Formats: sequence, C-alpha cells, structure tokens
Amino acid sequence: MNPFDYERPADAGAAVATVASRADAAFLGGGTNLVDLMKLGVTGPSLLVDVTGLPLDRIEPLPGGGLRIGATVRNADAAADPEVRRRYPMLARALLAGASGQVRNMATIGGNLLQRTRCVYFQDVTLACNKREPGSGCAALHGYNRHHAILGASERCVAVHPSDMAVALTALDAVVQVQGPDGERAIPIADLYTGDDPERDTALAHGELITAIDLPEPAAAPSAYRKVRDRASYAFALVSVAAVLDVDAGGTVRDARIAFGGLAHRPWRASRAEAALRGAPATGASFRTAADAELAAARPLPGNAFKVPMARSTLAAVLRGLAAREAR
Amino acid sequence: MSTGSIMLTVDGESRSLVIDTRTTLLDALRDHLGVTSPKKGCDHGQCGACTVLLDGRRVLACLALAVAHDGAEITTAAGLSPDGEPHPLAQAFIDHDGFQCGYCTPGQICSAAGMLDEAGKGAPSHVTGDLEGPTVLDDEEIRERMSGNLCRCGAYPGIVAAIREVSG
Ligand SMILES: Cc1cc2nc3c(=O)[nH]c(=O)nc-3n(C[C@H](O)[C@H](O)[C@H](O)COP(=O)(O)OP(=O)(O)OC[C@H]3O[C@@H](n4cnc5c(N)ncnc54)[C@H](O)[C@@H]3O)c2cc1C
Ligand code: SF4
Ligand code: FES
Ligand code: FES
Repeated sequence: MNPFDYERPADAGAAVATVASRADAAFLGGGTNLVDLMKLGVTGPSLLVDVTGLPLDRIEPLPGGGLRIGATVRNADAAADPEVRRRYPMLARALLAGASGQVRNMATIGGNLLQRTRCVYFQDVTLACNKREPGSGCAALHGYNRHHAILGASERCVAVHPSDMAVALTALDAVVQVQGPDGERAIPIADLYTGDDPERDTALAHGELITAIDLPEPAAAPSAYRKVRDRASYAFALVSVAAVLDVDAGGTVRDARIAFGGLAHRPWRASRAEAALRGAPATGASFRTAADAELAAARPLPGNAFKVPMARSTLAAVLRGLAAREAR
Repeated sequence: MSTGSIMLTVDGESRSLVIDTRTTLLDALRDHLGVTSPKKGCDHGQCGACTVLLDGRRVLACLALAVAHDGAEITTAAGLSPDGEPHPLAQAFIDHDGFQCGYCTPGQICSAAGMLDEAGKGAPSHVTGDLEGPTVLDDEEIRERMSGNLCRCGAYPGIVAAIREVSG
C-alpha cells in the first residue's frame, strides 16, 4: 500500500477543501471498499480524509413528506430505521440484501453509492483493464464474464455496478445532495451514474462530497426488492429487481417504476418496461412483454447469456407478486 | 512515512501506540499489541475471521484502519471470556461442537455477540418476513445474520445450534 496522510475534519467544508487541495486525496467512509482496493494496489491516494466524524449521520423528515438520509449513516442503521422500514421497505430490503452484518455496520450510505465494480480483472493489477488503466484493454471481454453486463456496455468495459442500495434508490427517484469546492448541488440519482465511459463512474468532480440522499414521498403502491445470487447470502447480485407497481381497481397498471441491478455499469432504470406496463392489464402476459421490451437491447457475453432469461423471469415474478399484493 | 498516534481500549485495557497510517485495526491488534484472538483469514472482508466488537458493534478489523479509530473500545472473543470464565456463547460452542480447527471461532463468537445485540434491538434481516414485526431468531434468521462468518471446517450446524441455545 502507498503511504498516506490521514485527516479527520470536523465539518464538511473543511473535508471538501482538504480533498480538493490534493489531486490524489480521497474521502474515507467505512473503508470497506476503499481500504480493500488500496491493499490490492488498485488505488493509492496519498491523503485520506475521514468523513465519518462529520455531522452527516442523521435520518430526518423532509418538508413535503420525504426523508433525508445523511451520507455517513451506516448501512445497518439505515436499514433498521423505523421510518425507512415503514415507508421505504424496498430500500430497507435492498440494504439488507447487501454484504454481511459486519460490513453493513461499517459501510456508509455515501460510500455504498460510490463503491467500485467487483470485476475481478479491475481488482487484479496484473491484467488489462480500461477502468483501472485507461487504454490497456478489457480482460473481461474475452475472459470470465459470467458476472458482467448485458445492457448498456461497450467493448471498452463490461463491468456492472455492485450496489444493491443504489438499485432501490433508482426506482425511488432519490436525489443525491453534494457539497463541493464551488458550493452545493442536488443530483437526481439517474444523473449520478454516467454513461459507459469506463474512466468515469459518476458525475462527481474531485472534491465533491456526498452529504445526504433525499427520498421523495413514497408512492402509495406496493414495492419489492428481489436479488438473485450464487448463494443464499453474502454474495453480489447476478440479477436484482427493485419495483413499485400501481394497479387501479379495474386491474390496469397505472404506473410502474423498475430498476435492475447486476445487468449494467449503473443501476438500470427499466424505462421501456415501465412504458410497456402503463395502461396494460396487470397480468403475467403483460409482465413478460414488459420485460422483453427492456431486454430486447441486451447484448450478452459468452459467459452470461443466462442473465437474459433470469432478468426476464425475475422481473415477471416480482411484478406478479406485487399485483397479487395489490389485489388483496 | 505517515504515522498516527492512537489510544485503544482493548478488552478493558488501555493501550496507546504510534503506527503507520496503513496499519489495519487487525494488524494493530495482532502484530503491535499481541492480541491474537481475532484471526486473519482473507484480509479482504470476505470471511469474518477478524470480527471484533468496536464500541459494541461487530465489524471487520481487516478493513478498518487503526488510525481511524482513536479512542475506540475494542472487545475480542478473548475479552468476552475474561479470566478463563467462558462467555455463554463460548460455552455453547463447546457444548454443540461449534468448531473443528477453531480458526474461525473467535470471529464467530464476536459476530454472534454483536448479532444477538442487533436482534435484541429489533433490527430486521434479509429473511425477516415482516420488516416491522418482532424479531424471532429461528435457524433461518441465525444463518442469514451470521452469513458474514465462513467456516472452512463446515461446523455450521453446531454454530447455529450454539447460537440458538444462547438466543433462546
Ligand atoms: C465481502 C463484501 C461483500 C459485499 N457484498 C455486497 C453486496 O452484496 N451488495 C452491495 O451492495 N455491496 C456489497 N459490498 C460492498 C459494500 O456495500 C461497500 O463496500 C460499502 O457500501 C462501501 O461503503 P464505505 O462507507 O465502506 O465506503 P468506502 O470504502 O469508505 O468508500 C468507497 C468510495 O466512496 C468514496 N466516499 C465515501 N464516502 C463518501 C462521501 N460521503 N462523499 C464522496 N465520496 C465518498 C470513497 O472515497 C471511495 O471512493 C460488499 C463488500 C464486501 C467487502
Ligand atoms: S469489464 Fe471494465 S472493469 Fe472489468 S476488466 Fe473490463 S474494463 Fe476493467
Ligand atoms: S480477515 Fe477480515 S474478513 Fe477475512
Ligand atoms: S472451525 Fe475450522 S474454520 Fe471454522
């Protein structure tokens, strides 16, 4: 590991100024991803600015019925929060589906959003990886790519975003609050994760600190988070689905909000599936048609063609479950 | 070289040390303070052998930087059973054959202690049916909540039985 300086500022302004002042400085949350990547030599900041002492550890109601979750709230505490459980069960479920009890006690909300891909080639500094070493190629493209992307990827990088929480936040239309050297801004989560450029995971500039996530008032419709993985617990998603389904009294879909995890370099908002569902009867046939509408663009790799039918049936099953709940 | 000076309370004893900022809490405990109860399995957050209680909560010492925890109170499995008097969890692990080689055991015991505390406060898990209902620690719940602790010897049935006994 590279030697580094460590600082623990008491307020957000000082944290931002300190990171902004050094090109290779980084914020440190729970360290569950950053410290790991530093050990692996994937990244080597010369200064860590610990944000866990900042007063960003509160969960509080927002005017208008929403909820603000501070960036340094631990994943376990967000999942156990009574308001999150009652009003945003899909988010609680996504958090609880991630990692382990110990990791969730350490991991912060801000760090969870910004965790890097688990692509094994990204983590192995001896292999080609455009994300880690721009221009070096992509070892995953013709390698072991069972866990990689089927949507929205390019030949330059086929990595997937590993966060469960971010998938639920995408279906919830959360807004990320950021404080930077030039002031504060609010970024809808759909704009936080950028395009398929492997060198740039997010829209954040160096020195921009995530201070909170704002959840809008939840829709009065049932929601669910379902994760499919290689073992029952403590594994990253092969496919995950976060969905909210609003069906009217006549059995017609009024609205649907759907995001996939495990399929793309970012949490994947399934806008095509949502559009196909609006106004359609809430039946298994409509759900499969909607899944097909989204997955028509899938470009599976040799190792992960299974993800297409897996995503299709997982989405259809989640929607069937939601429709049944609503009909009760 | 960048160093930091920190103070830790480890199993009730106050210890101060000056360390390289790169030192993990696990290496600080084992290599600098001679506290070898927490084990190094993977060193990457994947096995749970290094689990300790940090200010009462279970965490992975291999992913924590020691400098980031100045002033913290650390309890290891050894600290849970002071003066050779086994903690109820330690005794239950013995009674139910909750180990073979024992390498994962200090991490399992700290994790179980932290987990029981979380469940006692009503924290739900991935397999909890009703997120707002009471926490009932059946075997499925124990397995899910303990999934961060791997046991290469496969002593899982004994581990679950031991924790079930103490929880019930
Ligand atoms: C074995 C293992 C299994 C896991 N399984 C899962 C899983 O199944 N699902 C899942 O979703 N996750 C999983 N995780 C990942 C885990 O959720 C993340 O490592 C964690 O959420 C990161 O949070 P942190 O606070 O530890 O971030 P850190 O490691 O401290 O930081 C991560 C990144 O975020 C930056 N950062 C941190 N805080 C801020 C802030 N406030 N503003 C700006 N930048 C910031 C850091 O500079 C760094 O680049 C797993 C991790 C491990 C080790
Ligand atoms: S998929 Fe992306 S992260 Fe993985 S090796 Fe290719 S370029 Fe690197
Ligand atoms: S040694 Fe820390 S989790 Fe394996
Ligand atoms: S007892 Fe040997 S690893 Fe668990």
